[in-house]
Amino acid sequence: MPLLSVQSLKTEFHGRRGIARAVDDVSFDIEPGEIFGIVGESGCGKSATCRSILKLFGGADARIAGGSITLDGVGDLVALPEKRMGDVRGSKVSFIFQDPLTALNPTMRVGRQIAEIVMRHSKASRKEAGQRALELLRDVKVTSPERRLMAYPHELSGGLRQRVVIAMALALQPPLIIADEPTTALDVTVQDQILRLLLERRDRTGTAIILVTHDLGVVAEVCDRVAVMYGGQIVETGSTDQVLQGAAHPYTRALLAALPSAAMRGRSLTPIEGIPPSLIAPPPGCRFAPRCAHAHDACRAARPALAPREGSTPGHLDACILERGT
Amino acid sequence: MLRSILQRLLMLIPVLIGITLLGFLLLQVVPGDPVERAMGTRASAEEMDAMRRQWGLDQPMWRQYLLFLRDCITGSFGTSLFHKLPVSTLVLERLPFTLAIVAYSTVLALLIAMPFAILAALRRGGMVDLAIRQLFVFVIALPPFWLCFLFILWLSLGLGLFPTGGIGDGLVQNLHRLFLPSLVVGLSTAALIQQSLRATLIETMSADYVDTARAKGLSRVQVFTRHILRNSLISTISIVGVRIGWIIGSTVVVEKIFSVPGLGSLLIDAIVSRDFPVIRGLTVIFAMLVVLVNLLTDIAYSIADPRVSLD
Repeated sequence: MPLLSVQSLKTEFHGRRGIARAVDDVSFDIEPGEIFGIVGESGCGKSATCRSILKLFGGADARIAGGSITLDGVGDLVALPEKRMGDVRGSKVSFIFQDPLTALNPTMRVGRQIAEIVMRHSKASRKEAGQRALELLRDVKVTSPERRLMAYPHELSGGLRQRVVIAMALALQPPLIIADEPTTALDVTVQDQILRLLLERRDRTGTAIILVTHDLGVVAEVCDRVAVMYGGQIVETGSTDQVLQGAAHPYTRALLAALPSAAMRGRSLTPIEGIPPSLIAPPPGCRFAPRCAHAHDACRAARPALAPREGSTPGHLDACILERGT
Repeated sequence: MLRSILQRLLMLIPVLIGITLLGFLLLQVVPGDPVERAMGTRASAEEMDAMRRQWGLDQPMWRQYLLFLRDCITGSFGTSLFHKLPVSTLVLERLPFTLAIVAYSTVLALLIAMPFAILAALRRGGMVDLAIRQLFVFVIALPPFWLCFLFILWLSLGLGLFPTGGIGDGLVQNLHRLFLPSLVVGLSTAALIQQSLRATLIETMSADYVDTARAKGLSRVQVFTRHILRNSLISTISIVGVRIGWIIGSTVVVEKIFSVPGLGSLLIDAIVSRDFPVIRGLTVIFAMLVVLVNLLTDIAYSIADPRVSLD
């Protein structure tokens, strides 16, 4: 039984220009202890997918229009009333946001911000929660944690702030952590430390992690399985090796070709021409067709389903009708 | 902290000198002669000259200014021509009432503005939000002196809920008696605070840290009070501070109408009788109050928001 099972999820954002179907029929499973990467360009629906799981859409007017999100031991989160969602958030599933500066309240000491989540989900007194916050900071390898507890976010570096955010996410040892581009706003050296911190955590406690990123290098380094999203849909999924070594979908291949690597030294990178599709009025067939060099009429006619290829290894699915045996 | 406050106080000295100069020069161009006012038309020219000499009005202008500056520095701010008392004595007697109205109206403004701002922010774009906005635009448009008479006619004379003016003994009685003047002064400030707090609340609601707080499992109410409202109120401090400067000025008319013996009514009486030293002294004291409030606002802001420092 998977820890989290997302089936046919549809999420809509209501804006002035119309309804954007940011997540359009997305399905995937997360097993306990696995690191699942979600990659894609900006606006492909990665963040919207993650935010749907906790039903937190910031100030946006968004709603889940269909599908189910089943969390082991809790049930379908889509149907769960708001009050019980509060018990899930932070204790069963926690969230690490992209920008650690804006993700922390600027006028509250970080110690109190960590203690807040401890006190929400336990009967700990303020003092006990403060003690726990100190342990948590130590856990995420913050130097002189006693001093940091009393600091305000703006007094800490980007890396430290992200450690504070991670300390909050780990506070209740949730079975699932969703990390939405946790390293994008950080220096390369710090990125590596933060990723290693998450990996260690998984190895020690068996926490599953959904890692949203646009960086295929990060995926190759830490993810067990990966889903590639395009235009609000998953276009290819499988184990990291299957997808990165044997990319089947033209979009995945294009992403890989746009990635600098040592083997490509001296040769120019191939950018993906064109822009991502509109989520308000998406093209009727394959959403990548307008940018795809191999597209023909059948691609533009009907939406291709996510399916295994003949002869592919189990678990490797893609949504391209080209070069299929049938 | 203490050092920055001292620095800021030192920086006020040139500002205050400028204010004394302005206060002094303004009176030189005001028509009307205090000696004529005091002695009437029947006094002889010799008697008037004697009076002028006694009050120092025969001195050259620069000397009069220096004498005034001396009085400011010694703290007496000159001697009232009619009360025959140092201006500072008159001011100290009346300052508490003016400060009471300023504080009272600020508290009233906050109490009125906060619930409406919260309601409007929660229902933004809806009918409730629109209705609240219209209501406060209307309130801003009402002239304070007119509001004074409306309240006196309606609430005091009509319903008999409040006295028509004056002051009482003790805190409770004064809270009752000063309610109407404070309400008049506070209403337009309430409108201003409501508009700005509503906007700040809406902006804060979509801040990332609000998502973080929700992701911790906190309820909407907890997130609202602990994170959204708290942070929005901090940025309201600066608006309230700027506004208090305006409130100090607007007490003048209201005090006169409600016969509150504060600085405002003292000023009006002094203007009517051309009591130059009192007018000059009050000009400087009003300016000092405004400048002081601004400094206090900055201090309060730097305490409330850890990202802001006084320097």
